[in-house]
Amino acid sequence: MSLEEPRPPTESDVGVTAEGDLDYDELADLLGDHVVDREQHVNAEGFVIRPDEVEAVLSTLRDEAGFDHCSCVTAQEYQDRYESIYHLKKYDDPTQELSVVVPTPRDNPVSQSGAGVFDTAEWHEREAYDLVGVEYEDHPDLRRILLPETWQGHPLSLDYNQDQPQIVPLREHANPMEKRTKVPDDPDTMFVNIGPHHPATHGVLHVKTTLDGEQIADIDPDIGYLHRCEEQMCQQGTYRHQIMPYPDRWDYISAGLLNEWAYARAAEDLADIDVPEYAQVIRTMSAEFSRIAAHLLAVATFALDIYGDFTAIFMYGIRDREVIQNILEDLTGQRLMFNYFRLGGVAWDLPEPREEFFEQIRDFLDEWPERLEEYHNLLTSNELFQLRVVDTGVLPPEEAKSYGATGPVARGSGIDYDLRRDDPYGYYDELEWDVITDDGCDNFSRAVVRLKEMEQSARIIEQCVDLLEDWPEDEREIQSNVPRTLRPDPDKEIYRAVEGAKGELGIYIRSDGTDKPARFKIRSPCFCNLQTLPVMAEGEYVPDMIAALGSLDIVLGEVDR
Amino acid sequence: MSKNDQLHDTLEQAQAETGMESTQDARMGEGVDSRFNSKLRQAFGHTPFILTKFDEFMNWVRGSSMFMLLFGIACCSIEMMHTYAVKHDLDRFGAGVPRASPRQADVIIVPGTIVSKFAPRMKRVYDQMPEPKFVVSMGSCTISGGPFQEGYNVIKGAEEVIPVDIHVPGCPPRPEALIYGVAKLQERIANGESAPVTVKPYELEEFGDLEQDELVQKLADEVDEDDLVMRYNWAESP
Repeated sequence: MSLEEPRPPTESDVGVTAEGDLDYDELADLLGDHVVDREQHVNAEGFVIRPDEVEAVLSTLRDEAGFDHCSCVTAQEYQDRYESIYHLKKYDDPTQELSVVVPTPRDNPVSQSGAGVFDTAEWHEREAYDLVGVEYEDHPDLRRILLPETWQGHPLSLDYNQDQPQIVPLREHANPMEKRTKVPDDPDTMFVNIGPHHPATHGVLHVKTTLDGEQIADIDPDIGYLHRCEEQMCQQGTYRHQIMPYPDRWDYISAGLLNEWAYARAAEDLADIDVPEYAQVIRTMSAEFSRIAAHLLAVATFALDIYGDFTAIFMYGIRDREVIQNILEDLTGQRLMFNYFRLGGVAWDLPEPREEFFEQIRDFLDEWPERLEEYHNLLTSNELFQLRVVDTGVLPPEEAKSYGATGPVARGSGIDYDLRRDDPYGYYDELEWDVITDDGCDNFSRAVVRLKEMEQSARIIEQCVDLLEDWPEDEREIQSNVPRTLRPDPDKEIYRAVEGAKGELGIYIRSDGTDKPARFKIRSPCFCNLQTLPVMAEGEYVPDMIAALGSLDIVLGEVDR
Repeated sequence: MSKNDQLHDTLEQAQAETGMESTQDARMGEGVDSRFNSKLRQAFGHTPFILTKFDEFMNWVRGSSMFMLLFGIACCSIEMMHTYAVKHDLDRFGAGVPRASPRQADVIIVPGTIVSKFAPRMKRVYDQMPEPKFVVSMGSCTISGGPFQEGYNVIKGAEEVIPVDIHVPGCPPRPEALIYGVAKLQERIANGESAPVTVKPYELEEFGDLEQDELVQKLADEVDEDDLVMRYNWAESP
C-alpha cells in the first residue's frame, strides 16, 4: 500500500526540458517579478529574491514546479549583507536542483520564514538564527537551537568575539513536580525530562516530554549537547588536508568513509578534480563497509531499546562490527576515524598481500547471508519485536517529505529516494544493486529497510572485490594530480550531497579565493530526520517514542555538528 | 615484643596505654583523601593491625568490582561500547557492569567532547555518584578539547569541570587502550590513590552568587537568582 498521492503529471513538468534537465529560464518566468537577480552556483542556478517574498516563491516552486524537497537552508554573512539560501530539490529526481537566495541588509537581517511551506525549514532557520544571526519573520518558534538560550552573540557571524565570557544555566535541577507539572491549557499533564544523559537517547539528546496520563501530549527534542563547532573547524582548515579528518567525526558510528565522501565530492566538484576509476572502486567498496557497520549498530541499539537486550543481538552486532572494523583497519589504518579519502582519490592502495585482504573480505561475505538470517530470526520474525514496533511511530510519506527526511527513514515510508542511484557518484551506476523501500511507514519498516540494505551493500562489495582483483597492475592509480594548495575561484558556490548512512549528507561550500572555505555548511540527515519525532511520537506511549527514536537512528555528532 | 604490639582487651585501654591519635586521623595524612572515609572504617577504626588490612581489603574490593556509569557522549562512546562487548569484554577485569543510574556507579568514563551546554549536566551527573568515585577521561577531547579545541563552544578538557584520575589519549583510543586505562585505575585504587578533589575552573553556582558584571546584569531578566549556572571565562581557558 502506498500512501503517496500521485501528482498530476503537468505539475513537475514546468521548467523541465525533454531530456530531463532543468530549464531555468522557464522557472524564472514562472516566478516572474519575484526573481530580482540570477546567480550561477556550481550545482544549480540561484534565484535571488526579496526577503519578504520567501513564502510566495517557495510555495510556487513546490506546488507548480515540483520542488518538494527543501534539502538545506544555508545562512551566511558577507561584508555587506546576510544571505539565506534554500537548496531545493525533487524527491523524484534530485539532480534537478535550484537555489533560492535571499539577501538581507546587515543592519536589519530580517527575512520571511519558509517554515510555512517546508516544515523542515523550521529547524534550519532556527540554526541559522542561532549561529549566524539572521532573523525570520513569521517563524513559529524562533529561538536558539544548538547553543544555550543565554548565549551572547552569533558565533558564525563576522564580528563574533570568541573570548567573551558566557553563562549557561542548568534549569533541569528544578523539581519537575513543582511548577511545571501543568501546562496552561491542560491541567492534568506532567512534564518529564528524558536525557541528555539517558541510555535510550542514543547520545546526549534531551527530549522535553509532556505526558497526559501515559500518552505523550507534547514532545520537544532539545539538541546542542554535542555542538562542537564542526562548521567553524572546517572553515579554519585548508581544503587539501586539514578538513578531511573532521567528517569522520560527524557521523561517528563507523560511517566515517561515507562522510569523507560527502566532503570529497563537494570539494572535488568545486575545484574540478577528477578521481581515477580505480580509486572510485575502492571508495565504493570501503564506503559500503562503513554503511554495513553503521546499520549494524543501528539495529543492535534498536534491539537494546526494544528488548533491553544487552546480550544476544547487541553482542552479535558488535561482533560483526569488529570483523568489519578489522577489514577497514587493514585498509585505512584506523578502526573508527579513517581519514582515508583524499581529494582526487584515496590515501593509499589496498594492503599487501592483496590476496590475503581479498580473502578476508570474501570470508566475511560468505558468512554474511547466514548472519543476516540470524538477525531476521531474532528481530523481524520475532513476535515480541513485532508487537512492539509494527504500527508504532507512523510517519506518512507526505510528512516525511515536508520534514526533509531521507535515508532509511524516508525509504521506510515508501519514498523511493537514494542518491547513490538518483544522483550517481563513485562507481555505483556501474554495479548491480537495488534500492530498498518499504511502505509500512512504521518503526518496523525502518528496521527492515536497514537489514535489507546491508544485504545490498554486501552485493556491492562483492562486485567491487571482483573488479579490484582483476584490475591490471599498471593501472592502479589511486590519486589524480592535485595541486598542493587548492584555491578555488572566489565566490564559487556549491551544494553537493551523497547518501550517508542516515540519509542525504550535503555540504555547501563557498570559496573566497583563499585556501580555506569562506562558508562551510553541513546538511545533516539526522538533523532533518529527528524533526519528524513529534509526528511519530505525539499521542503514543513513552516506550513507543523510545522505539521511534531508536528507529530514526540518530547520531548526535551529526545532529549537533 | 614491644609494648605497642601487645594486644589489648578494649579500644579504650589501647588508646589510653599507647597515647596514639586515632588511626583514622593518622591515615588521613598525605596521599589519602577524605573520600576514603567510610562507616566501616569508623566502626573498626581503632585497632591498627586489623585496620590496615581491612583498608587494603576494601581498596582491593573497590578495584576488583567497579560499576561503570552508562555514559555516552560522542565518538569515543562507540569504542567504549566495543570495550564492554564481545572480544574486548571489559568485564573480564572486574570492571564491566554498566549502570544506567549514577547513584549505582563507582566509575564514570567520560567518552567524548564536552561542550558548554553539556558541562553543567555532566557535573550534575558526577555529583550524583556516591563516594568514593573515580573518573576515566577517554580521548583527546577530554584531555584538551582535542581536534575541537579551538571551537567557540568546546570545554578544553574534562578537568575543567570534574577531577580526573586517568587520562586515556587517542582519537578515539582503541578498546585495548581503554582497558589499559581502566587496569591502571584499578591499580591506583588498590594502592589507595586517587586524584585530589580540587575546585575546578568551571563550577555550578547560583546565579545570584556570581560577581556582578556587564554580562550578569544583561542576563538578570532571563535567569532567576537561584538558578544554577556555569560561567565560562573562555579567555582564561588554557
